[in-house]
Amino acid sequence: MATETEEIRGIGHSVRRVEDDRFIRGVGNYIDDIHLPGMLHMAILRSPYAHANLKGIDATRAQALPGVIAVVTGELMAQHNLAWMPTLSGDTQAVLVTDKVRFQGQEVAAVVADDPYVARDALELIDVDYDPLDAVTTPQQALEDGAPLIRTDKEGQENNHVYSWETGDKEATDNAFSQADVVVSLDTFYPRSHPAPLETCGCIADISPATGQVTIYMTSQAPHAIRTVFALVAGLPEEKIRIVSPDIGGGFGNKVPVYPGYVVATAASLLLGHPVKWIEDRSENLISTGFARDYHMRGEMALKKDGTMLGLRASLLADEGAFFADAQPSKFKAGLFHIVSGSYDLPATHVSAQGAYTNKAPGGVAYRCSFRVTEASYLIERLVQNAANELGMDPVDIRKKNFIDKEQFPYTSATGFVYDSGDYHGAMDKALGMIGYDELRKEQADARAQGKLYGIGVASFTEVVGAGPAKDYDIIGVKMNDGAELRVHPTGKAILKLSCQTQGQGHETTFAQIVAGELGIQPEHIKVMHGDTDNTPYGLGTYASRSTPTSGAATAMVARRVREKAMKLAAHLLEVAAEDIEYQAGTFSVRGAPDQVKTIQDVAFAAYTNYPEGMEAGLEGVYYYNPPNLTFPFGTYVVSVEVDPDTGVWNVRRMVAVDDCGVRINPMIVEGQITGGLTEGYATAAMQLITFDELGNAIGTNFMDYLIPTAWETPKFELGETVTPSPHHPIGAKGVGESATVGSPAAYVNAVIDALQPLGVKNIDMPLTSAKVWEAIQAAKVS
Amino acid sequence: MEVKVNVNGTERSANVEPRQLLVHLIREEFELTGTHIGCDTSSCGACTVLLDGQPVKSCTMFGVQADGREVTTVEGMMRADGLHPVQAAFKEHHGLQCGFCTPAMMLVGAALIERNPNPSDEDVRWAISGNLCRCTGYMNIVKAIQAAAASAEPATA
Amino acid sequence: MLPAPFEYDRPDTLDEALQLLAEHGEDAKVLAGGQSLIPLMKLRFAAPGRLIDVNRIAGLDAIEEADGFLRIGALVRHNALAASDVIKERYPTIAAAAPMISDPIVRNLGTIGGSLAHADPSGDLGSVMLALEATVVVRSKDGEREIAAADLAEGPFQSSIAPTELLTEIRVPSPPARSGGTYLKLERKIGDFATVATAIFLTLENGSVARAGIGLTSVGLTNLKADAAEAALAGASPGEDAWAEAGRLAAEAAQPATDVRGSADYKKHVVDVYVRRGLAAAAEMAGAA
Repeated sequence: MATETEEIRGIGHSVRRVEDDRFIRGVGNYIDDIHLPGMLHMAILRSPYAHANLKGIDATRAQALPGVIAVVTGELMAQHNLAWMPTLSGDTQAVLVTDKVRFQGQEVAAVVADDPYVARDALELIDVDYDPLDAVTTPQQALEDGAPLIRTDKEGQENNHVYSWETGDKEATDNAFSQADVVVSLDTFYPRSHPAPLETCGCIADISPATGQVTIYMTSQAPHAIRTVFALVAGLPEEKIRIVSPDIGGGFGNKVPVYPGYVVATAASLLLGHPVKWIEDRSENLISTGFARDYHMRGEMALKKDGTMLGLRASLLADEGAFFADAQPSKFKAGLFHIVSGSYDLPATHVSAQGAYTNKAPGGVAYRCSFRVTEASYLIERLVQNAANELGMDPVDIRKKNFIDKEQFPYTSATGFVYDSGDYHGAMDKALGMIGYDELRKEQADARAQGKLYGIGVASFTEVVGAGPAKDYDIIGVKMNDGAELRVHPTGKAILKLSCQTQGQGHETTFAQIVAGELGIQPEHIKVMHGDTDNTPYGLGTYASRSTPTSGAATAMVARRVREKAMKLAAHLLEVAAEDIEYQAGTFSVRGAPDQVKTIQDVAFAAYTNYPEGMEAGLEGVYYYNPPNLTFPFGTYVVSVEVDPDTGVWNVRRMVAVDDCGVRINPMIVEGQITGGLTEGYATAAMQLITFDELGNAIGTNFMDYLIPTAWETPKFELGETVTPSPHHPIGAKGVGESATVGSPAAYVNAVIDALQPLGVKNIDMPLTSAKVWEAIQAAKVS
Repeated sequence: MEVKVNVNGTERSANVEPRQLLVHLIREEFELTGTHIGCDTSSCGACTVLLDGQPVKSCTMFGVQADGREVTTVEGMMRADGLHPVQAAFKEHHGLQCGFCTPAMMLVGAALIERNPNPSDEDVRWAISGNLCRCTGYMNIVKAIQAAAASAEPATA
Repeated sequence: MLPAPFEYDRPDTLDEALQLLAEHGEDAKVLAGGQSLIPLMKLRFAAPGRLIDVNRIAGLDAIEEADGFLRIGALVRHNALAASDVIKERYPTIAAAAPMISDPIVRNLGTIGGSLAHADPSGDLGSVMLALEATVVVRSKDGEREIAAADLAEGPFQSSIAPTELLTEIRVPSPPARSGGTYLKLERKIGDFATVATAIFLTLENGSVARAGIGLTSVGLTNLKADAAEAALAGASPGEDAWAEAGRLAAEAAQPATDVRGSADYKKHVVDVYVRRGLAAAAEMAGAA
């Protein structure tokens, strides 16, 4: 075969995505596109009350409706031990209500019918007798003496307290505070929001009465983990369970948990002997599935009067909803919040966290972020803004003064993270240069003289992703090692099977590029498979930006394993010793005799037709990667805004985002991820909100009330980069899918607060609606 | 009721209840699943199709209303000689990530450049302000539609 | 969320439609654009036993100026309103409001007749018609009558149109020379209902304000006409003092609810601000005309 002279499109190429071919033609395969013979349709009846005893359910009228096959209640599920299920945080969650309702929107019963319209009609015909109770609607209220007890189902649970957790060094931190010239504090609430991917959650459960094979098509970011949960929960033999994640229309963490709808559909399929499809609608998605954030935070920082940071304290109160179902590593009740010292060289940090039950939906997913890192990053970057104001320092100067220096990496933080690499000054300087920071400040001074409110906001975040090393990280006991399986075919093409699960990140292209970079096979000749537990290696899935750090590493490592064997095959073909073979970009040559060359295609063919005595045929491998550490992407974002003092309306004038995620596999895709994240950050800062009235009624449970910005509101972004590879990752990459969602909310808020500084406004909690901004201006006038 | 619709140039018919939404007529009866459902308050635009050339939300119409009319879905965008310029531009400019909003975005983009052959950034953002995307942040969608406009052949008189 | 079953009629002529309304009016709803009705039906907040689809009736979608009025057919879609040359040139309040209704896709189907009949206090066109002192024509099997915009909405989502009547036309008095108008809408995002919106119409004569019309969106149980503010402007000398007084009176007249979009105080304040800004811009337009 002729040697290819074409450049190999591996790492660093903006390869156009192979998955696009089906999406642009409208032949993607999303869950609702799948039809199975004999399939039935399920709809769920949900509680209108946030807290209520269940007195009884009468489904007679519903069962009589033509087309209704069955009505499933908690009583029926309990007979099969399926009325409750474990959560990913070691708690239990109701599948269908048996005793009482604990949040508005909770699953009460389900109808299975031969038509989705009939299923919905039948919901109205189910009579439920509720006895409403007082609802607990804030975690503060939940922890008061005499608050209604929510988890009456849990033996030994006497109050609404879920956990206490702390980390860091309290003594050292108290010491630091006692030596401070200045203590700056911030009380802030990171409100409940929801990932709201454009495709809602759903499944088709298909249990074959003949074989007992359980196939569940499911919108899942973690199919293998779900399969194990199903085996444990339903008592079904694990080898008979196959979870298939088809194309997923966005995840953002919302598609990690196991939802009651999945379990009910599975039970229904088991009982009825037919496939059962359940697709939730948007209102159900927003009222009942994995929400995010809902964190009450108090931060305090101790500083010297020259702006040197001495210590940091954070105390947190998490609203966990009715069931503790955070999807995060089991050892860390507050996720990776203890990254809260962020980009700063802080000698002492202490974090204490409490969790409370409330009458709200359970969740706490990592919404386009690593676990609780958005909350931490928001707190520190807002606190630094306050500190800058108190000390009369420029927010850039105080950051630069305290940044961890490039030479200090690997850097061990006061809470035990070992930051792999960073160049915070580099990213900051790049961002300042791109936006023209000094000119902006001059412009601001001129604008202020005219009574205009211009503001500039800075955020310099450090994220921690890629969970994680086996010694510290697991979810429900399962270690977070992810795998990759690679086989090279006789004609030199390949198939790569992954344990992670794309929901739009472009893995079918980027992971092929990783293999291309190691083996010299063009990415379009590498088929990437994922999402089918029968056909892929075991792993914990895609969320918290972990795919590149874990599966990406596993892919590089398995490709290197394959390359090792390829070298031996090449040596055999070229009749030299393996040590004499040199590899470069898909070609194997003899050291010192560069005209003696074999290609990867030659070698692949030989693996099946001409391999040495004693060697196994084939050219493939499996690798499970145990990351030695997490990775730490970082960046600096600078936002310039104008606020209309008469209406509180604010607009982004410019937004510069400099990201460093180490080596960029596909720059085009990386920029796409960042742009999307900056938009979600803007949405969080400006408009997204799920809130509750005092009766526990949820507000923000459809897209009229839960606001997603359109292209018209969304700012334009200017992207820049620095590249500081991760020293421990096989290809130096860190992961980037979520950095912008983590780092940007504080940048936007800091900008508005900066604009309002002359008026004395110090804090506004998100979302910064025009009404809230105006109210804050009025309140500052009074005080 | 019997309903007859010209879908992507082909006459299709079905017998449906009046209350069946157009999006379900398209997805279930006509088995064209490229049109997606993203919400239940007519807010997201993922269900957008062209009705006699104009973007409409197919979840906010009954199938029977399309009787005797022309519907274009994403499956009808391909031309005899290959991809529609908008489709090609979406791939070239990374205008999609999860792909769920994409069919709607592309149809709205195609309808836009039909009447405005040189749309500005603002023109495009205004035109797609009825279509939500959670993945991309819109920048590449705008770029793709403008690129398609620049590359498309001039409309015949 | 899926709608409950219903009977469906699709009359080809106005007479057929009126006959159907005469027979079934109490249990029927008229289906025009459906962009307000169908979402309500999907949530099952509305479950009419019968829908009368009027979209195929010819002759209800014209826009023309004649005999001192702009006559807009009830089936004129919002995007056609926004694109109309005569509206852009001579009816700036409508021209400003039409592109702000909902989102561009909804505007391809939503109709002016449907909007006005829906009587949503957050509806944009109702406020515009109040400011322009328009009338609507409704027809039934028994005849025809005109309803003044100020008499159209009786309460939230309750119009004075009888169940057997169909709104067929909107009549807007043609403005004198030296007129201007604006529609300012504060919304959290495209597609949201207005937090507050103000429809302004203003005519100058001999250097004074001859007439001003002010319609307010989302600050009451119906669209509101700011009568006191309008009265204060009649004969006033154009300038900041007049606008400030009008803004103050309009804010006083507003009866907003405190909700997720803001407090009642905030909304009243924005009414004041927008009325002032709207009047200033309309006056400039009128001065230049």
